[in-house]
Amino acid sequence: MSFGEQLSTLFDTYNVLGAFWVNVQLTFWAAIGSFIIGSVLALMRISPVPSLQFIGTAYVHIFRNTPLTILMTMAILGVWTQFQLQLVSDFKANFFIYAVIVLAIYHAAFVCEAIRSGINTVPVGQAEAARAIGLGFFPAARHIIFPQALRGSITPLGNTLIALAKNTTVATVASVAEASGMMKSMIEFNSDLIFVIFLIFAMGFVVIVVPIGILTTWASRKLAVKR
Amino acid sequence: MALMKNLKKKSLAAMALAATATLAFSGCASTDDAGDKIRIGIKYDQPGLGYQDGKDYTGFDTDVARYVANELGYSEDRIEWVEAPSANRENMLSNGQVDMIFATYSISNTRLKTIDFAGPYFVAGQDLLVQKDNTDITGPDSLNGKDLCSVTGSTSAKKIQDKFASNVQLVQQNSYSDCVVALNAGMVDAVTTDDIILAGLGATKANKGELKLVGNTFTTEKYGVGLPKGSDKCKDINSAINKMVETGEWEKALEKNVGDSGFKFNKELNPPKLGDTCAQPTEDKK
Repeated sequence: MSFGEQLSTLFDTYNVLGAFWVNVQLTFWAAIGSFIIGSVLALMRISPVPSLQFIGTAYVHIFRNTPLTILMTMAILGVWTQFQLQLVSDFKANFFIYAVIVLAIYHAAFVCEAIRSGINTVPVGQAEAARAIGLGFFPAARHIIFPQALRGSITPLGNTLIALAKNTTVATVASVAEASGMMKSMIEFNSDLIFVIFLIFAMGFVVIVVPIGILTTWASRKLAVKR
Repeated sequence: MALMKNLKKKSLAAMALAATATLAFSGCASTDDAGDKIRIGIKYDQPGLGYQDGKDYTGFDTDVARYVANELGYSEDRIEWVEAPSANRENMLSNGQVDMIFATYSISNTRLKTIDFAGPYFVAGQDLLVQKDNTDITGPDSLNGKDLCSVTGSTSAKKIQDKFASNVQLVQQNSYSDCVVALNAGMVDAVTTDDIILAGLGATKANKGELKLVGNTFTTEKYGVGLPKGSDKCKDINSAINKMVETGEWEKALEKNVGDSGFKFNKELNPPKLGDTCAQPTEDKK
């Protein structure tokens, strides 16, 4: 079999693009979720309230240091099977939502730290000036600190997004039919085409991840705060 | 330029092939020495078939493997057990990481392209495992509107959805034990895969008497002994398996490992009668 024939055999038997599309969707929703949770966490960590600071720090340390696979397994075997928490009656949607939630919770810890590193790029004078003109914590954070901090944290946020895109393969543990699960069945049932199979999935992730890298590098240059 | 590239690709491929071939050969050669070990690939996580229980390895697959290895001249202390996860089995054989594989390994035409099979030593069929008091699931076509669990990377659940019950909801777990956890908790209605695997799960201490097999098989899976391509061991292995059947050891092993689930193996297809040759590809049925 020629390389082209092997490729077409696999693409005919398996919906490869459909599987990668699931990864893209997981990335998209989990990115939004983790950005929201992560921003709140970053706010908590820089807030003047000690209890909020503690909660933010504890969250980051717990979720950053727990393997994602374990979180995913806990969500399915623990929350779904044992606590019998079915989010929606359709299984496919149910597991998809579970996977998005776990991915968002996990990556929020990294997003929080990325934003915090961006906050560190904002000179103290900015915060002092904000307080001097009478802005409280929230208005100062919203109008002065966060806009500058986000621009400074585009590169680390991009790295987190790349990690997230690749980590979506862990969703296979949560019964989501995505690319890595498909690769598993391909290897099991078309083991004679193993090199082509690896090539497909390696290339697939390159195609997803490289544009994210290029885009964030471009954006970080374009949006950098000139000081 | 394009031609050059092509040539380069071909010579690279040839080099890779040569490399794997030498690896495979050296793997074979080392086992023929007296006093050496034989490396047997098994599952570590399939109760009743291939299971790592502390330091011991239990299950029907391991019992057949022990018997065959003994007949080939390897006593039990010269067996080195190696875990062979489903997706890695062909590679482990062609790279020479193991000498034989006994791991619920179905003989298939695709697999016969890259490896050889002796046996089969058991003919399984896809079946369903349900809770003991379940009466409304009688076979694959009664699964419409039900929740069915299977393992990621296996096609058994998909087969049911495509051929028997299009309205079945599928869950894919990492292992069949995870599926059984979901079944015990009532989150899925049935678990599907080969009957003997289900029987192994149903026979574990925790599940004994809680679950039952539906007993309406709808596929045939011939479990073979995976061997590297071009192996000369098929004849010896087949006669070892035949001997195991004749002496009654085969049925005893089956009863011991999966009997507690109430599983009755298919007597029309089992025990298989084996000839001298390796398994041959079957005609494509379209």
